[in-house]
Amino acid sequence: MTLVKTKIGRRAFIRNTGLASGGLVIGFSWLASCKMTPEQVNSLPKEWFELNGFLKVGDNGMVTIMSPNPEIGQNVKTSMPMIVAEELDVAWKNVIVEQAPLNTDIFTRQLAGGSQSIRQGWESLRMAGATARHMLKEAAAQAWEVSADEITTKDGVLTHEASGNSAGYGEMASAAANIEVPEEVALKDNGDFSIIGTDKKNVDGEKIVTGKPLFGLDVYKEGMLTAMIVHPPAFGMKYKGMNADAVKSMPGIKDVFHFEVYPEGIEKQWSDQGGIAELVAIVGNSTWECMQAKKSLEVEWEQDSTAESTSYHEEALAELLEKPTETPARKDGDVDSAFKNAAKIVESTYSAPYLAHNTMEPMNFFAHVTPEKAELLGPIQTPEFTEKTVAARLGMPVEKIDIMMTRMGGGFGRRLYGPFVIEAAVISQKMNAPIKLVYSREDDMTQGTYRPSYKVKFKAGLDAEGNLIAWHVRGAGTNDDLIFENRFPAGAVDNYLAEKHSLQTNVTTGAWRAPRSNFIAGAEQAFIDEVAEAAGKDPLDFRLELFDRAINNPVGDPKQNDYDPERYAGVLKLVKEKANWGSESGKARGVAAYYCHNSYVAQVIELEDGGDMPRVDNIWCAVDCGIVINPLAAKNQIEGGMIDGIGHSTYSAMTFNDGKPEQTNFDRYRLIRHSEAPKNIEVFFVDNGIDPTGLGEPSLPPAIGALSNALYKATGRRYYKQPFINDRPPLVG
Amino acid sequence: MATFTLNINGTKQEVDVDPSTPVLWVLRDHLNLVGTKYGCGIAQCGACTIHLNGTATRACMLTVSSVGNSEITTIEGLSENGDHPVQKAWLEVDVPQCGYCQAGQIMTASALLDKNPNPSDEEIEMAMNGNICRCGTYTRIKKAVKLASKS
Repeated sequence: MTLVKTKIGRRAFIRNTGLASGGLVIGFSWLASCKMTPEQVNSLPKEWFELNGFLKVGDNGMVTIMSPNPEIGQNVKTSMPMIVAEELDVAWKNVIVEQAPLNTDIFTRQLAGGSQSIRQGWESLRMAGATARHMLKEAAAQAWEVSADEITTKDGVLTHEASGNSAGYGEMASAAANIEVPEEVALKDNGDFSIIGTDKKNVDGEKIVTGKPLFGLDVYKEGMLTAMIVHPPAFGMKYKGMNADAVKSMPGIKDVFHFEVYPEGIEKQWSDQGGIAELVAIVGNSTWECMQAKKSLEVEWEQDSTAESTSYHEEALAELLEKPTETPARKDGDVDSAFKNAAKIVESTYSAPYLAHNTMEPMNFFAHVTPEKAELLGPIQTPEFTEKTVAARLGMPVEKIDIMMTRMGGGFGRRLYGPFVIEAAVISQKMNAPIKLVYSREDDMTQGTYRPSYKVKFKAGLDAEGNLIAWHVRGAGTNDDLIFENRFPAGAVDNYLAEKHSLQTNVTTGAWRAPRSNFIAGAEQAFIDEVAEAAGKDPLDFRLELFDRAINNPVGDPKQNDYDPERYAGVLKLVKEKANWGSESGKARGVAAYYCHNSYVAQVIELEDGGDMPRVDNIWCAVDCGIVINPLAAKNQIEGGMIDGIGHSTYSAMTFNDGKPEQTNFDRYRLIRHSEAPKNIEVFFVDNGIDPTGLGEPSLPPAIGALSNALYKATGRRYYKQPFINDRPPLVG
Repeated sequence: MATFTLNINGTKQEVDVDPSTPVLWVLRDHLNLVGTKYGCGIAQCGACTIHLNGTATRACMLTVSSVGNSEITTIEGLSENGDHPVQKAWLEVDVPQCGYCQAGQIMTASALLDKNPNPSDEEIEMAMNGNICRCGTYTRIKKAVKLASKS
């Protein structure tokens, strides 16, 4: 049993509040247990620490849990309330989950991102459930004049065995509201969990399969107009002028105007990344009429900065790979002399293109701005930051800005960036009407905030016995420096050098599911296989050897390393056993393991026979993300992450010609489809009782490595350049 | 603008729109049937899939003027209580992640099963290939289609 404090210093994590209609309402700080870095704390508003989650036990025994975190498909709307319900000891069927709005009287700050929702919410969610249960027990104890310690709870029923008393939570809820919040509450032992660790279906499942309005694009309000934008056709261009007269008179069109989204001097938040300073708006009665007007409108643009092409990005990144950095990101031992003494040296360069997020629901937002207030509704992952820019741009105090979140048709990092919210607000203010801003697929795909383009060069040295004695990695990315210097194999090799470069470009980039890891993992795990082959060792055993080194005799201070080598080796051993690695299946197989978002994932991918790009037949995936809240949904995330990694590394690319995106829709931007998806996937979780960690992102990065290693076995070719479908590497040997 | 009388989910609905308007936007903007989703507008992603006389059809490139008396079924009309075997299978397998593409996936799957009650894996894949799921729920979708085919 663990005891947790319900407040630290003056900061209360739990508070009970009155409810006119009776029952018990507990407010709690959803993310209070998160141990944040000083940078994170400094970047957050003071109100962050105020209460933002609520649970209500009604007189009828129904429990409502208000989930403040945005739902982007990672299923937190189901899994987070499961944690509260577990400690409350209530039957899951009696729990109703509601999405909480932002910035009303009771809720304050919310954020989603970085696979952190469960990890950061874990303790406070449990604390809230346990506190409510404690207060219900106290209320029953007073009513029955017995000791609360003798009262047990199960499935929402309080029982005092000795006296024969029994009551549902609903009967005690109003009395419990008068019980003082305890200073400290006891949490359940892991072994006593009855909801956590069980399969629970998506709470929005029925609405999804019946087509109910759930998403931002589904918002329709009385008197609402539709708005679309026209943005520059190429990065490096800006608005010059237009003649909109003919278009203004087209059917259903209300107005066409140029506007500044970000006037000079306006204070921006990090969530404004990728925002375009000036745009053209088309406002009309319906989406189709706006789309027709958009096609007819001729806007003049002018060059503002360099017109960059993909060939330039590739050459400039390649040049950076030849340049040493002034200060290495990490340096252990002396790689230069180790390479001189090495019996064998392996050297390879890997690269990947820009990628668009391509959430299936394009960017959109509803806005109704009046002089009194701004009402905003739609899919955004960072409402509290966006709200500040909206306030600054509209010239209104933050208190007058209300942002409500809808379910999101995908995120993948895209909806961390909310310039479209500012655009919607400005258009509504100008029109003095409620509007819904709708991006066409083309607007969405060509707007930016892309996954950066990357290149990395690895060099490894082996001694005569095939031991890894030196590792040099130099990486570069567009607007991003790619390398995690303290991740594997740092700590497992005596001579280690990590260097990183960033190439500043005007093609805007942003976080894309498992930032940096989504490329570096695949490259590193493919290169490890090359090194293992040079060492004459089995690739999986070679990795385990390196983890043994990091466990038993780590290089440098082990605390400096991001990862725990025992947990890393643990997932590899588990996948080795489950895939029966080493037995001859007769099919091409590849292995990979990676650590990111505080979780460990290892995979074995097996391909079908034949072809230049054989299809994935089987995947075995071992995951250590600590306690798994909802295995059914967790497996879904893991499966989807792997398909995402396999799909993008095989098929997808965003390229540019003179700053102009060459892919504008799904005819030229290829995404993985049904007939290309893996046939069978098996997911295995390590059962270790450790507090939960990230799940939405960690399965994606290693899948690319396991795939390229399997492709080598199948085709005899090493794939160095994503997307693999366009790569025609030579046969090796 | 012109007036069209459409047969949608068994009900006659009248709309006054430009004849070039795709059925997708007629459903969404004019008839408040928002289950049919916009994804690409060029019939490449399948999010807007409806049934036209029982055949899976992309509503984003189907002009309202070309529909005539054809029967349109949308996700809202697939079953009265959300209990079509494909919908039930989707819930049983817990297919959705973000959920945005799933109405289109369900419409394609249900049209397939109407014509071919016991499709092979390859037949399912070929029929479903026009429907993109960005979250990557493909293996679950196939499992759900097979489960529905058994009922």
